[in-house]
Amino acid sequence: MFRPCLRPSFSWASFRRYTSTEGPAPRVCVVGSGPAGFYTAQHLLNHGPPQLRVDLLERLPVPFGLVRFGVAPDHPEVKNVDHTFTKIAKNPRVQFYGNLHVGVDVKVRELRQLYDIVILSYGAAQDRKLGVPGEELSNVISARSFVGFYNGLPEDAALAMNLDVEDAAVIGIGNVALDVARVLLTPIDTLRQTDITDAALAQLSQSRIKRVFVIGRRGPLQVSFTIKELREMVNLEGCSAVFNPDDFRPFQSVAPLLKRPRKRLTELMLKTALTPPTEKQLKLWGPAPPKSWELRLLRSPLAILGSDSSVSGVQLGVNRLDGPNLTEDQAVVSTGEVETLECGLVLKSIGYKSVKVEEGIPFDEQRGVIPNVNGKVPDEPGLYCSGWLATGPKGVIVDTMNESYRVGAQILEDLKLDHISVQANRTEELRTLLDQRQVKVVNFVDWEKIDETEKLWGASKGKPREKITEVQSLISVVKKP
Amino acid sequence: SSQRAFHPSLARFDQEVSVTFELSDGRKQTTQAKIGQNLLDIVVDNEIDIDGFGACEGTLACSTCHLIFKQADFDRIQDEVTDEELDMLDLAYDLTDTSRLGCQVCMTKELDGISVKVPESINDQR
Ligand SMILES: Cc1cc2nc3c(=O)[nH]c(=O)nc-3n(C[C@H](O)[C@H](O)[C@H](O)COP(=O)(O)OP(=O)(O)OC[C@H]3O[C@@H](n4cnc5c(N)ncnc54)[C@H](O)[C@@H]3O)c2cc1C
Ligand code: FES
Repeated sequence: MFRPCLRPSFSWASFRRYTSTEGPAPRVCVVGSGPAGFYTAQHLLNHGPPQLRVDLLERLPVPFGLVRFGVAPDHPEVKNVDHTFTKIAKNPRVQFYGNLHVGVDVKVRELRQLYDIVILSYGAAQDRKLGVPGEELSNVISARSFVGFYNGLPEDAALAMNLDVEDAAVIGIGNVALDVARVLLTPIDTLRQTDITDAALAQLSQSRIKRVFVIGRRGPLQVSFTIKELREMVNLEGCSAVFNPDDFRPFQSVAPLLKRPRKRLTELMLKTALTPPTEKQLKLWGPAPPKSWELRLLRSPLAILGSDSSVSGVQLGVNRLDGPNLTEDQAVVSTGEVETLECGLVLKSIGYKSVKVEEGIPFDEQRGVIPNVNGKVPDEPGLYCSGWLATGPKGVIVDTMNESYRVGAQILEDLKLDHISVQANRTEELRTLLDQRQVKVVNFVDWEKIDETEKLWGASKGKPREKITEVQSLISVVKKP
Repeated sequence: SSQRAFHPSLARFDQEVSVTFELSDGRKQTTQAKIGQNLLDIVVDNEIDIDGFGACEGTLACSTCHLIFKQADFDRIQDEVTDEELDMLDLAYDLTDTSRLGCQVCMTKELDGISVKVPESINDQR
């Protein structure tokens, strides 16, 4: 895990002594209203000059990014962060501009003219490709789209998938892989009580899926999911965890030597593979569990098999770890052995990637991030980035929070050192520009109406919320056509 | 839905105890609390200003209420640590052997007067 390095201490109390509160107010524009956008804004509002103002721009008519469209519907606790975000959005120094696609409705270039500080926090919304034959077959679906579908992301609302199959392969060993596996395996009546979309419920209630294989290229010491998600997967109702003991036994000797958190995570995998189920598990799984899942590691997908319309399996190359000592940073090499896993559905969960929002803005195509040091974009005074766009798509919300606070601190330091010029008496306003272009902006009060509408709609079905999944319908809740 | 710890049997509303929070910028904040109240609620009720603290509101779904205890105080905590709490602690920054999640630790008479450290990374990194 990345540890923040500490910079020399600095306090706004001393800053204020030589910055008059009458001075020009730094105008800040944050692009993207996910955790990164909100936490970066929060830091600036809480610790920056009292007259600093933030405009928060969001492509969709609704805020909160992956908290709404990523976090699994059966994890409502995680979404409690939106209470903090709502408080930030309601700060009188903050304006929310929803339904505003930066790069399309307004250019970053233009924002740079209108604001002293522009922070790009628009996340990572694209898939990575596997790059194997058969990837284009139908029922080979990106986990990102499936997540978007069950969470009501407008562009994935019409996802077509066939769940009339018994076996599914999930390729990838991060938390998103476990999320999609869990959603496929959770009893439908449990899902009905969540804010999963009705469209997804309709699909999942037709599902015949019995077995899910979670497949990873690397070994047990190299999985990237976290222990909370694994613990949930080994305590699922009506679904046993059946791991191949031989795959895990060699790691028994090294587990005690590992450091936390890797140690506890490895021990839980070993326990699952090598010891009989606990009382608790037997009770949850039931006497003859209708479903099961397996973690199958050290396998690289070589090809996805099937004919015209359907998937029949995945061809896997068997790998081994290179070198005599089992460690976290061992290389993986192929054994040359190949095996076929029969399945009718493949979900690819091999990571997210950011997109370049507009020509002329620095972008590292290779890594899929905006090049930056502590969020600061080199040679672009006043331009910053935070969140997954800056760090790459890794870690949980807490990581994004800490990184975002760091970016906030960097900005305040740059303000203090006059690395950012704050223009007095700005007359041009974003709003004027948007009025001219007839962009239908959704503000935060509008969002609260949408929020209320969705909650009411959900309540009628015994769900916490029923999401509106079309952009036009979302807008029509608050705007007359 | 809340898994926040609260001990009604311990709640004696006439009995107050004190807690000191040592913030990462060096400030110390001492506050009165009721026996049976958990440390997250104490932070929230007393408006102790720690950015990002208690993001999941005591539902064991984050690690932002991470607090570091002195060994002797740690040993006196009545609430047993569960696997689920350890799972979330695994994700906490600056994890120590005497770390706990504030939302899972209730005040008792024995903990009166404790001083707990708020880890650096929750606050701004200046
Ligand atoms: C499927 C999934 C499940 C997850 N589950 C958990 C979990 O349970 N717990 C946890 O702690 N973490 C979870 N995470 C991680 C967490 O979601 C991330 O750490 C966090 O959301 C990253 O924040 P961000 O602001 O960088 O990106 P995002 O949350 O993606 O926010 C980016 C925002 O920018 C907007 N945007 C994009 N393009 C533009 C544009 N051109 N103009 C304007 N706005 C734009 C997007 O619409 C979005 O609102 C999960 C992630 C995924 C993918
Ligand atoms: S507040 Fe989230 S775990 Fe305690």
